[in-house]
Amino acid sequence: MEVTLRIKRFNPETDKKAHFEEYAVEVDPRDRVLDALNQVKWYQDGTLTYRRSCGHGICGSDAMRINGRNRLACKVLMQDLGKRVTLEPLMGFRIEKDLLVDMDGFFDKYKSVKPYLIADNPPAHGERLQSPEERHLFDDTTKCILCAACTTSCPVTWMSDDFVGPAAIVNAHRFIFDSRDQAGAERLQILNKGTGVWRCRTVFNCTDACPRDIKVTEAIEQVKRALIFGDQ
Amino acid sequence: MAFHRFDVVVVGAGGAGLSAALQLVGNASVACITKLYPTRSHTGAAQGGVAASLGNVEEDHWEWHLYDTIKGGDYLVDQDAAEILVKDAIDAVVGLEHMGLPFSRTPEGKIAQRRFGGHTRNFGEGPVMRACYAADRTGHMILSTLYQNSVKNKVTFFDEYHLLDLIMTEDGACQGVVVYELKTGEIHTIHAKAVILATGGAGRVFKITSNAMASTGDGMGVAYRAGVPLMDLEFMQFHPTGLARLGILVSEAARGEGGIVRNSTGEAFAARYAPTMKDLAPRDMMSRFIHQEIKEGRGIDGKDYVLLDLTHLSKETIAEKLPDISDFARVYLGVEPTEEGIPIQPTAHFTMGGIPTNNDGQVIRDAEGTIVPGLYAAGECACVSIHGANRLGTNSLLELLVFGRRAGKQAMHDLDSLEFGILPPAPEADARARIDAIKSRSTGAKAPEIRAAMQTSMTENLSVSREESGIKETLALVQQLKHDYADVTVDDKGAVYNIDLMEALELGHMLNIAEVMCVGALDRQESRGAHYRADFTSRDDAGWLKHTVAHNGPDGPLMTYKPVTITRFEPKERTY
Repeated sequence: MEVTLRIKRFNPETDKKAHFEEYAVEVDPRDRVLDALNQVKWYQDGTLTYRRSCGHGICGSDAMRINGRNRLACKVLMQDLGKRVTLEPLMGFRIEKDLLVDMDGFFDKYKSVKPYLIADNPPAHGERLQSPEERHLFDDTTKCILCAACTTSCPVTWMSDDFVGPAAIVNAHRFIFDSRDQAGAERLQILNKGTGVWRCRTVFNCTDACPRDIKVTEAIEQVKRALIFGDQ
Repeated sequence: MAFHRFDVVVVGAGGAGLSAALQLVGNASVACITKLYPTRSHTGAAQGGVAASLGNVEEDHWEWHLYDTIKGGDYLVDQDAAEILVKDAIDAVVGLEHMGLPFSRTPEGKIAQRRFGGHTRNFGEGPVMRACYAADRTGHMILSTLYQNSVKNKVTFFDEYHLLDLIMTEDGACQGVVVYELKTGEIHTIHAKAVILATGGAGRVFKITSNAMASTGDGMGVAYRAGVPLMDLEFMQFHPTGLARLGILVSEAARGEGGIVRNSTGEAFAARYAPTMKDLAPRDMMSRFIHQEIKEGRGIDGKDYVLLDLTHLSKETIAEKLPDISDFARVYLGVEPTEEGIPIQPTAHFTMGGIPTNNDGQVIRDAEGTIVPGLYAAGECACVSIHGANRLGTNSLLELLVFGRRAGKQAMHDLDSLEFGILPPAPEADARARIDAIKSRSTGAKAPEIRAAMQTSMTENLSVSREESGIKETLALVQQLKHDYADVTVDDKGAVYNIDLMEALELGHMLNIAEVMCVGALDRQESRGAHYRADFTSRDDAGWLKHTVAHNGPDGPLMTYKPVTITRFEPKERTY
């Protein structure tokens, strides 16, 4: 079927402002949006620029706005979008070129929550034990692929630069609720600051945007509860 | 031009690169370079598990794992290297747990283990639970955990830098790398005492592949251009269960948990070919069984795929243990795996061959094992060889950990004797000239067209079954395409994020790799592991129990041969 891709373009070397360009492509209804983008890049205009790698929703490279919603281009099929598809870069981050945005600030915020296990003295032999029930408490937040779809769907992120954002909170949650970790209190203090969880207005955009179906808002609320009630 | 100096440069930030970097950070200055962000590396796409004979669920021993690895590799495995792999496995997997990896757990709280293809108890008696897993996201968890620990230990990353060249001195030592900063188009020279290549596989040489678009064999290509040979590249693994048409991986864990592959008559045909291991026969065999069923007209509706049936598994098992692959079936094929079979077909998956190394990750330049000073390789881009002619599932994640770490340790050890030598004049000049030539040309073929022709022909003629006429056809085409590539052009002439240019540079590597694959496949007149010749259907130990080592000659690859190291298990007939 023939579809029209309406793509927001911006080349920092030649353009003052971003603008839309349209491309007609012939696609199989089961093609991914990424396949359609590749059709344009490979056979119509090689200057079209976006990130991509795994092509099946695991690496987190190709988050973008597809008909106004944050999605992975490799996880949405053309048959679900209609004949005119609008593709724009994620909102709230500086556009580097076309659909590719600056991710440095996003990763800096991720790093600010100490997203790694902090625990002394592993046993000399064998693994630490952890019950399936303990493991289950943080299962959902281990799925994060750092695509930034959640953080860039959040109105608070659009409004201010200093909110740590849903993705960083998800990655803090993953360790705060891990029975093996010993630095939960430290991370909670980071998220208790003015840049942390209290900026969340429970809009649920992040949960809707997550391509891994992580219950992001619920994870944020669990962190808030841990701060208020100490129930981690 | 920017200039940097580090004791060690690691190229690639997947499992092998991060494992190597974590060995070095804090003890030496180390930079880790990746053309992606580290968390986008293809290690993250691995699903089913990482092998270690922990014996958490049932009796297991490293000797059994060793036997399975050697037999699985159709006896082309270097057995001393495989022994290191299986012995170090336990420490490597437990080490990941200590770093924080969220493994699935047994009711007692230990690391959970499941069955996988070709892994057996007591030297082939039946399947054994050896694959340590985190649902069907084991690779994602390994990559995440290693990256988290890299953040913790403050590894210096160069994100979104593309490898252009190795810097080699006149006496053949490696002294750093030349890289291309995607964000600005700037070329950087990084002077280093040691370079560790951990750039992954080359599955993108094929049209139907489970591999990421980034899996273009850059390290292999750059090393080959620098005079390093490539070993055993004719051995490409075709994973039996790729989503039909797309090639997206559906983990062997699906069969480990009890899934069955069925043909158009509904028959569970693997039992006919492999009566003991059935659907858990090794991947090369499963792919051939599927190929044979399709060839004999028992593909679904006479087409080129069969069905992976999970409908007899409980919904809880599928949701708890196979959530991601179920999601892939739903999203990409509209198939509900709890109710209907998943259409699958073999997909190009793993490059068994690669840059030859010794057991400590040191790159060797010839069949005699002469070391290239200052150059190391680990992971899928390397060929130790622990996988021989066919890798067992779960042994690749293990390889990244064990041999990534060994390469890092060896580089650390060698830093005492390695020095910052005098760099050749303008080490970046060659790369700059190549880039300028591509960008300044206005007429000539475009990379996407050349690439598509290569991929289509490779999938057509160098897949599960190969024969002389087809291989020759593809080899001739690849050589023609190399000729066309000499005048390749790009649309994007800019400096900022010129992905068009990066894809053209990647294609240069892939054409060389495809050529070596073809020459190796043509040369090897036998069938062994993943290399099946329809015109030479048996294994020929008298003639071919040896590795191919392809050197970059003026008129194409020149083949030499390296003996296989056999320590414990003499080759015998391979049945499952």
